[in-house]
Amino acid sequence: MMNVLKDWIFTTDHKKIGLLYLIGSIAAFALAGCMALLMRTELSAIGPTITDNPGDYNVWLYFHGAAMILGFQIPALTGFLANYLIPLQIGARDVAFPRVNALSVWLFYMGIVLALMTFVVPNPPDVMWTGYPPYSVLTPGNTALYTFTVLLLGFASILGGVNFLTTITFMRAPGIGWNQLNVFTWCTYGAFILQLIFVPVLGTAVTMITLDKYMGTHFFDPAAGGDVLIYQNLFWFYSHPAVYVIFLPFIGIVFDIVATFARNRIFNYKAAIYGGVGGIVLLAGEVWIHHLYVTGMPDWIRVGQMITTLMISIPVGLLFISLVGTLFKGSIDFRTPMLYGLSVIFLMLIGGLTGIPLAIVSLDLHVSDTYFIIGHFHYVMAVAGTFSIFGGVYYLYPKFTGKMYNEAIAKIGFWLSFIGVNTIFFPMMIVGVTTGMPRRYWDYSQFPDAAPYHTIMGIGAGIIAIGFIVILISWIHGLFKGTPAGDNPWGSRSLEWTTTSPPLAHGNWEAVPTIAEGWGPYEYGTDKA
Amino acid sequence: MHKLGMTGLSLTSSLFGFIASLLPTSGFAKDIPDNAQGFDHLWYEVMVDITIIGVIFAVILVYFMIKYRRRSPDQEGSQKPMSAVSAVGWSVIPVFMFLADDLYLAASGWELYNDYRNVPENAFEVQMEAAMWTWDYTYPNGAKTYNELRVPAGTPVVIRMTSRDTLHSHYIPDFRIKEDSMPGRVTYIWFYPQEPGEHVVTCAEYCGLLHSKMYGKITVMPEDEFTAWYKNEGENLEQAVALN
Repeated sequence: MMNVLKDWIFTTDHKKIGLLYLIGSIAAFALAGCMALLMRTELSAIGPTITDNPGDYNVWLYFHGAAMILGFQIPALTGFLANYLIPLQIGARDVAFPRVNALSVWLFYMGIVLALMTFVVPNPPDVMWTGYPPYSVLTPGNTALYTFTVLLLGFASILGGVNFLTTITFMRAPGIGWNQLNVFTWCTYGAFILQLIFVPVLGTAVTMITLDKYMGTHFFDPAAGGDVLIYQNLFWFYSHPAVYVIFLPFIGIVFDIVATFARNRIFNYKAAIYGGVGGIVLLAGEVWIHHLYVTGMPDWIRVGQMITTLMISIPVGLLFISLVGTLFKGSIDFRTPMLYGLSVIFLMLIGGLTGIPLAIVSLDLHVSDTYFIIGHFHYVMAVAGTFSIFGGVYYLYPKFTGKMYNEAIAKIGFWLSFIGVNTIFFPMMIVGVTTGMPRRYWDYSQFPDAAPYHTIMGIGAGIIAIGFIVILISWIHGLFKGTPAGDNPWGSRSLEWTTTSPPLAHGNWEAVPTIAEGWGPYEYGTDKA
Repeated sequence: MHKLGMTGLSLTSSLFGFIASLLPTSGFAKDIPDNAQGFDHLWYEVMVDITIIGVIFAVILVYFMIKYRRRSPDQEGSQKPMSAVSAVGWSVIPVFMFLADDLYLAASGWELYNDYRNVPENAFEVQMEAAMWTWDYTYPNGAKTYNELRVPAGTPVVIRMTSRDTLHSHYIPDFRIKEDSMPGRVTYIWFYPQEPGEHVVTCAEYCGLLHSKMYGKITVMPEDEFTAWYKNEGENLEQAVALN
């Protein structure tokens, strides 16, 4: 037992590190989900329901946002999926710097431990995941805990970025050119470029609030010549690209799932990669002002970034056309991973299109900071991202366990979750634009019309919770009762399915895989297997 | 070719709209715009726009899902590699269609934004200082109210805002307008109350413990009632100053 534990803690194998990321991030998801349940129960009726202290609610909300983004989505996508898949997809024996990789996952777990201290320290942080000053400086809450959680997870991301950019650039098996990479690999490449450029800015911003709060500097104190808006600019200069750090890998895994289960080539691959992924990487850093539309930024920059923000629809549109086109003349099998993949397209459609009114500065003056925004970003990022992670887990499940999950249990889990999320997040958008109820409210007695919507959303939260339990059961059930899956249960042409299931502990293949002339991960309907 | 021509046409027309919105609009005797109405109009237009796009995508998606479902276990997809010409076509045409729609929406959004930002000349000006967790209003004659702003119907109102402590956001859902108030900076919003009545004003930027309880009301009074109240407040203030 001790040996097994030692083996996992000190491992430098990218597959084990990936699974460590998966376990940690799913735990973060479960806990952050419990916070959501507490909040939804509190809001299910007007007036205090389970706590009469708004401070409790603020801590739940802080933990929900920070843990879901920094502890679940980013690590699950750029930690678990990237670690597990990328060396396998490019025919590498491991990542470029396996020990740095191990350090990243340690830092990630330390970040999680620090985040969990929220529930132990006397004055837990209550600064929301955004940590805006002056409140984060004025609050009696422990802002340092927030800062150091962000810094640890940020370091893990930077190390991961260096590692994977090097791996993808230099360690592809001989014969795999840039135009033969999986879309997931390309998307992760884009995501890590963004992480490397922008994470240091976030690190700087959160360090500055801690210096202001504990060391007596005045970066954000106007009375001493500081400015409160500097922080929001720095924060969103990172955090809008962070949305694409989540979006790119999740749309990438959806591409791989859709191509595999439609057994079809990617429609207009080059437009998706160079136009879609490339366009997003280029535009990511020029749109952050849309988070500051109502903060009194100068008019010229609000209008200027309204145009750049709307233009994000161009690369996203190219990715969409490519994704939908991949179904054309396909051979679609509706297994659980595919249900998740297809549902992400629908969720993205709702979430992406509701981003358009939010991009328009004059419409944002009303709906900014209301429930409309919460509904929008849960559709486009939170739910679509989570569904693609779950889809990715089911997709890779036979690879990393060597066993097949139970299809019926998995599908029940999917449908419960799908119904649950729509029961919460669609009413959320309606209540936002019709009543104008703002976000981050512990109570809403000034918006009596919102009450029935909140009751419905509470029911939706319960359905998701049951759905997630069913999903967990299907994963654990498969470990014990699953039938042997075989090396390539989905009939995929992609390289990761040429290994044994599970792949060899060291080196993945017996020898470096040989790549046939004209090979591609999506060359279906031809003899070039 | 025909498709390309149409795209070019819509692109050109949206560019004209775009440029037209740059031209100065002041200098004409113009009615005071009702931004809440302007918002509702543009919102509706955008909803129609995104619903059409969404339905087109969804219909194609569902059609493909039904038509191309797998019929035998070994069946593979039969999509052919794309020729260079169609790859460029499938990239350039959508890019210009999206761009045309983006620029059209940006132009309409900008036009309404100008109305939101250009304060009418005869606007009644009130100072507001926010604090955890109260809205403090000061009127031109020195009168003060807390968590209730009284304004006359039929006159546009501009609020110049700042904050004593942290960020707040002065949000009046009925008038479709909000803007943050913060220490060290002055921001403004204006709105045009036309009928007497009461409207909720509530905080939309997280400000700690009682954020959700930071609300008050905008009371729009008939003009003569307001004038009487306002005069009375002013006189009371003068007496108080005289007594001191």
